[in-house]
Amino acid sequence: MQAQVFVKMENICKTFGNVKANDRINFDVHQGEIHALLGENGAGKSTLMNMLSGIYKPDSGSIQIHGKEVVFNTPKDSIEMGIGMIHQHYRLVEVQTAKENILLGRKGPFFMKGAHVSKDIREIGEKFGLPVDPEKKVYDMSIGEKQAVEILKVLYQGADILIMDEPTAVLTPQETRKLFAILRNMAAQGCAVIIITHKLHEVMEISDRVTVLRKGTTVGTLATKDTNPKALTDLMVGKTVDLAISRPPVERGRVLLEVKDLCAYDMDKVEVLRDISFKLHAGEVLGVAGVAGSGQKELCESIAGLYPVASGQILYEGESLVGNSPRDIIKKGISMSFIPEDRLGMGLVASMDMVDNFLLKEHHNQKGLWLKRKPIAEKCAEIIRRLEIKTPGVHHPVKQLSGGNIQKVLIGREIETNPHVLITAYAVRGLDIGASHTIYDLINEQKEKGVAILFIGEDLDVLLELCDRIMVLSEGAVTGIVRGDKATKEELGLLMAGEDLGMEVAQ
Amino acid sequence: MEGFWNIFQAFSVVLVIGGTPLLFATLGELLTEKAGHLNLGVEGMMLIGAVAGFAAGHFTGSPLLAMGGAFLAGGLGAMIYGFLTVTLRANQVVSGLALTMFGTGISSYLGVNFIGQKMSAEISAFFSPVAIPLLSSIPYVGRVFFRQDPMVYLGYVTVALLGTYLYRTRIGLNLRAVGENPGAADASGINVDLYKYVHIFLGGALCGLGGAYLSVVAVPQWQDGITAGRGWIAIALVIFAGWNPFKAILGAYLFGGLSIIGFYFGNYFSAWNISQNLIDMLPYAVTILVLTASSVRKSKEKGAPKALGVAYYREER
Repeated sequence: MQAQVFVKMENICKTFGNVKANDRINFDVHQGEIHALLGENGAGKSTLMNMLSGIYKPDSGSIQIHGKEVVFNTPKDSIEMGIGMIHQHYRLVEVQTAKENILLGRKGPFFMKGAHVSKDIREIGEKFGLPVDPEKKVYDMSIGEKQAVEILKVLYQGADILIMDEPTAVLTPQETRKLFAILRNMAAQGCAVIIITHKLHEVMEISDRVTVLRKGTTVGTLATKDTNPKALTDLMVGKTVDLAISRPPVERGRVLLEVKDLCAYDMDKVEVLRDISFKLHAGEVLGVAGVAGSGQKELCESIAGLYPVASGQILYEGESLVGNSPRDIIKKGISMSFIPEDRLGMGLVASMDMVDNFLLKEHHNQKGLWLKRKPIAEKCAEIIRRLEIKTPGVHHPVKQLSGGNIQKVLIGREIETNPHVLITAYAVRGLDIGASHTIYDLINEQKEKGVAILFIGEDLDVLLELCDRIMVLSEGAVTGIVRGDKATKEELGLLMAGEDLGMEVAQ
Repeated sequence: MEGFWNIFQAFSVVLVIGGTPLLFATLGELLTEKAGHLNLGVEGMMLIGAVAGFAAGHFTGSPLLAMGGAFLAGGLGAMIYGFLTVTLRANQVVSGLALTMFGTGISSYLGVNFIGQKMSAEISAFFSPVAIPLLSSIPYVGRVFFRQDPMVYLGYVTVALLGTYLYRTRIGLNLRAVGENPGAADASGINVDLYKYVHIFLGGALCGLGGAYLSVVAVPQWQDGITAGRGWIAIALVIFAGWNPFKAILGAYLFGGLSIIGFYFGNYFSAWNISQNLIDMLPYAVTILVLTASSVRKSKEKGAPKALGVAYYREER
């Protein structure tokens, strides 16, 4: 039997300002299939799906749902056609319960009566293997639970077309496997599932078909079993790419940074770092793995002198850093390029140009009352050449550069100071494959120069290929330190989930 | 002791009257903030309501039209703010301050011929205290809470209605979601802008009622700047109440009491050598204390709506 076509999008165009986010895209999804939408950042995946869920309106093109031509003006129209979208950043109201979130925007009697709703929620949950406590507040939930609420919410709305935007970005490998089981179950029950991703192994593992987008256009739709990761990457990038990340062997030097029994608390007096101990040698890359919010940010900021340390020691060449001001710590040669989720938030001042951003870190080394821009501008021009940063000039506001180029500016500024210790967090977040590899090369170059690098990462494959050792954090504690060339992804996943594998600490 | 008790009872009666305009304004601002909008125009909306209510009462002689006019005028005043902040996504703080200045100016301008004029006897009679059978015979409580004018009772009813609306109905649930996370509300198919407009209007309308209570019922004659800063205290009271309408009534009466305490207990204070100036300072000093205390208190449930003061763009790029 020919499966029914649930979604058919034809010749979809969408322009933001003068950027063509979608250009004549064709896309269709059948009943009972899991369809991966693959593409680099900025390829137009999210834009396309936001049009399917009624958040954006296409400039031109047609959308057919269940064989019927539709025009979505609001998300409500889309929901009524049975489409449910689960966004990358969960759209849940934190102070409300699971049930209240599920009821949001639903029709029904004016006064809410909860009992039968709770029952319905439990029933749907059992049917699809999504255990959710309807009365639990969202802020008390783990990330996996929040995702379950999101999925339950769209199922409760009666959705049979499910769109998931990068659903595994915040999950451990084990949680991912559980999610995939749920998705397969849903497809088996007759739903159509669209999963947006840029992770190739996930495409191979879960999808039946895959549509590849590049720079806002459709490159092609393939049956997953007829393709392989290499071919998909080439389609995605548009040229042949070497996927391997090198790990140059470097003779490891002395211990530069040592952290001993570090503890810290957040504003609500919750322990965010628990007895963290590790040693960082010259000429090595120490990776840090963990689900988001496991203490990575606090660890970086503690070392940089930005976060109050409750107890424990941070030693730089045997000398204590605790209590020093951030500027003293920078002067000792410890450089941090912490790239937060919004990338511009903590690292750079968005509206300033490159020169002024460099000045922010440099000006205390200058003498006299007035700022000297000229030498800095020359330095910037040199970095632009060396790192191949694409910018109209050194005086162009950094916020107008693309993500990859902003990242290069940030890392370029940090390595310009010739640091002994370099801390990078999420250095490749939001970058495409080409730009990511430039960053990996930069990191390896620093390592070969004898810099000690703490690399906070997200993608376990990258961590395993790039890092000499990997430290895994779970809920603010170190659950293991493993060797990059020996460990497996499963081991990392279990450690991330907080399981004690009784593994030896890699020295 | 007998004397003190009598003064205390009289003080309590007036405390409820003094607290009622604060209560309406606080509930209005609370409703606006639940939609994620910080409207600092409360003082302006109260003044617009006060002058509109007085004018409507003065020209029509109808108590219901007086209050209805104040309700509508307050709401329309809020729509200026609503258009600026919802549709144009202007800065909420500046827009609210502008509304206060506008309201102050227009009430002075329109009220210039009313200065010193009293509300008509018919309207004052309509708003004279009514004893509620049975309840009013409870000692102290009956005298204080159940032998008051109809607007005081409307205040009680509004609190109950608002509490039920916010926490027991679907629209209330959706509204709270709009104030907490408009993105989530939007994705759930809720018309975010419509919710904001409706509740900014209703919020302004309640502030207008608060103002009209002063000019039509409590004073009841026209004075320039009749609200005398009550709008600002109402904004602080929303924080004091932790965005909960039931607690708003406590706060409103507490501050209503503080503003008249010197008048009733002046003799006692001077006997203890406490300066009158210190007593007059009390409501403002307590406001600062309350804001300090509520900043120290950290609670996910009792805090401000998360998206308060943040404009919502759907097609954000």
